[in-house]
Amino acid sequence: MEIKWYLFLSLALFCIGIIGALTRRNSIIVFMCIELMLNSVNLLLVAFSKMHLAGTNAFSYSMATSAQIFVFFIMIVAAAEVSVGLAIIVMLYRNTRSIDINFLNRLKN
Amino acid sequence: MDAIQLIYLVPLLPLIGCLINGLGRNFLSKTLIGIIGSLVVFLPFCISGLIFFAVSKEGFTSQNISYFDFIHVGKLSIPFEFQVDQLTSVFLLIITGVGFLIHVYSISYMKDETQSGFGRYFSYLNLFVFSMLILVLGGNYVIMYIGWEGVGLCSYLLIGFWFKDQANNDAGKKAFIMNRIGDVGFLLAVFWMVSLFGTTSYHELFNPQNGIVASISSINSHAIVGITLLLFVGAIGKSAQIPLYTWLPDAMAGPTPVSALIHAATMVTAGIYMIARSNILYSLAPITLAGVASVGLVTAILAAIIALRQNDIKKVLAYSTVSQLGYMFLGLGVGAYSAAVFHVMTHAFFKALLFLAAGSVIHAMGGEQDITKMGGLGKKMKITYITFFIACLAISGIPPFSGFFSKDEILSAAYANSPLLYVIGLGGALLTAFYMFRLLAMTFNGKFRGTPEQEHHLHESPATMTVPLIILAVLSAIGGFVGIPEIFAKNGNKLGDFLSPVFENSSHIIAQNKVPHQTEMILIIVSALLVIIVSIWAWNKFKNYAPSTAKENGFVRAIKNKFYVDEAYDMLFVKPYRSLSAFFNNVFDKKGIDGIVNGVGRGVNYGSRQLRLLQSGQVGSYLLLMVIGLLILFIIQLFTK
Repeated sequence: MEIKWYLFLSLALFCIGIIGALTRRNSIIVFMCIELMLNSVNLLLVAFSKMHLAGTNAFSYSMATSAQIFVFFIMIVAAAEVSVGLAIIVMLYRNTRSIDINFLNRLKN
Repeated sequence: MDAIQLIYLVPLLPLIGCLINGLGRNFLSKTLIGIIGSLVVFLPFCISGLIFFAVSKEGFTSQNISYFDFIHVGKLSIPFEFQVDQLTSVFLLIITGVGFLIHVYSISYMKDETQSGFGRYFSYLNLFVFSMLILVLGGNYVIMYIGWEGVGLCSYLLIGFWFKDQANNDAGKKAFIMNRIGDVGFLLAVFWMVSLFGTTSYHELFNPQNGIVASISSINSHAIVGITLLLFVGAIGKSAQIPLYTWLPDAMAGPTPVSALIHAATMVTAGIYMIARSNILYSLAPITLAGVASVGLVTAILAAIIALRQNDIKKVLAYSTVSQLGYMFLGLGVGAYSAAVFHVMTHAFFKALLFLAAGSVIHAMGGEQDITKMGGLGKKMKITYITFFIACLAISGIPPFSGFFSKDEILSAAYANSPLLYVIGLGGALLTAFYMFRLLAMTFNGKFRGTPEQEHHLHESPATMTVPLIILAVLSAIGGFVGIPEIFAKNGNKLGDFLSPVFENSSHIIAQNKVPHQTEMILIIVSALLVIIVSIWAWNKFKNYAPSTAKENGFVRAIKNKFYVDEAYDMLFVKPYRSLSAFFNNVFDKKGIDGIVNGVGRGVNYGSRQLRLLQSGQVGSYLLLMVIGLLILFIIQLFTK
């Protein structure tokens, strides 16, 4: 498959993620949208890795392997981030009895 | 040569005395302070005597003693150096000798001061002697400038010695500011010399063999005229000449011995010393010399006229000092440098004597200075009377007292230059005789015009005051014999011969016109006779002075009010300056500067209040802003590739 389809898919996911994060009030949905953006970039990296793997010289080979390793890093960091983010949401719920992010305005002014 | 190696002790001892008296003023007894204060001037006097003998030996050439590098910048090097030659040694003797007598006199005069005030007084007085010695010993203009400023400072401190009276502080400030105006000229001249010659040392500039200035042959070059004029501005300030003379009469607010030492005998002659020291420069600039002569002459006459109608005993003497300084400048201006130095010496004797005697009178009168309230003091205060009388004879120029010889030397040099200068100068001398004998007669003759308590209180001063008077009286009487004119005795002008090496170069440049002996004899006889006649006339006129109620005409009133010079300066300089300050204070400072500062504060305040609204607390809006920011960065990245 051509690389451009991967790019389109990734772009679409990213835009969905942005729009979701900006428009939704439910903090779990917002959080999911952020994960979506993260994973769209992961997808992009994997796609480029595949593209470079098709190349012949040593440079493109090393690029391909680095991209794979990058993806693993991002996934691990995202997993850690998810646990922290969910913990924040739990605390938010305990404090406000709601998961609406518009209640998170204590620092106003 | 050994004595000359001791030269550093001459200024050092008064400095030590200043420190001891100043720091120990609260626990040293008055007697001890007085002894220390006088001793640290007496010892330098002894050393000065030794130096004088060393200098007057056959074959002495001026010596330069360098101690350490004072300023070293780039190619310019200004060492801390002393120069010892004939001129220095004469001034050293005058300063330490007269200074010592005045210190001794001060012990009794100031005995009513508090202990700490007494110590402060002697500390200042020693500091003054130190500065004055640095001034005359300094081997370059920068060291001279240190002393120059130092004496100005001490003058300020001592005029305002009784600082609880605001008038004294004002007089001190006036003296200081007037001096500063002159000092600016001096400083600019020093800068100019540094840029032109690259050095300010006398021995490099004026050395007859290889000096920089000595090798200049062009007359009236712009730079030399500029430098000499600027130096002269300094001399005008320090030596109280027109237009900066008004500080000196006001300086009489200080204690009387201070007036005698600083404002009559030594400090005010600093300008004379400086011009005499730079005589070669001045000889190369006849334009400046003409300026010096005319300023001196006009000052001599104007101050003498003002002195005619003053009733404060110290004010009369102050104007007389201004007038006599004018004579010295006249002498310098006509190229008779050694005559001017001679007059400095005799003037130091008789003017110090006049002031000290006046101090004795004021002391006896319980602080009264108005001569219309005195009279008949001669019977009660014999020593003061006789010494004052001798000083009057000397200052009036009656032969054979000292002032006669020195004034005659200046006047005959003036005659050689132009008979007009002589006539005007003689007029001034007659005025001098008149006001001095008026002062003498009104103070010591006739009936006492003060209150009965004052009359009861009248007494001769103690020995510590009268002994200096007697010594100075002897010096005033015989001091002139070191400079007898040629027509009376061959090689009689000892002082002139002694000083001639200092002025040797100048004498090559400006040919001193010699007056024919016959003419000189006539001049001397005429001037002496006129002076004697005027003296007797003034004496007779004022010996039975009674306050008259006759209305004074306008000219007399103008004289009495010192020609309204102070008022004119007030109108011309002080008032405009005050209103300018008020303008800057009210408009520029309060509205301008404060406006800017407060405006910045207010602007920041307003701006931050507006910016605060961005912080809405809505997570969504933060996110939106973040995305917009990222987009902007992305677009910038895209378009700047």
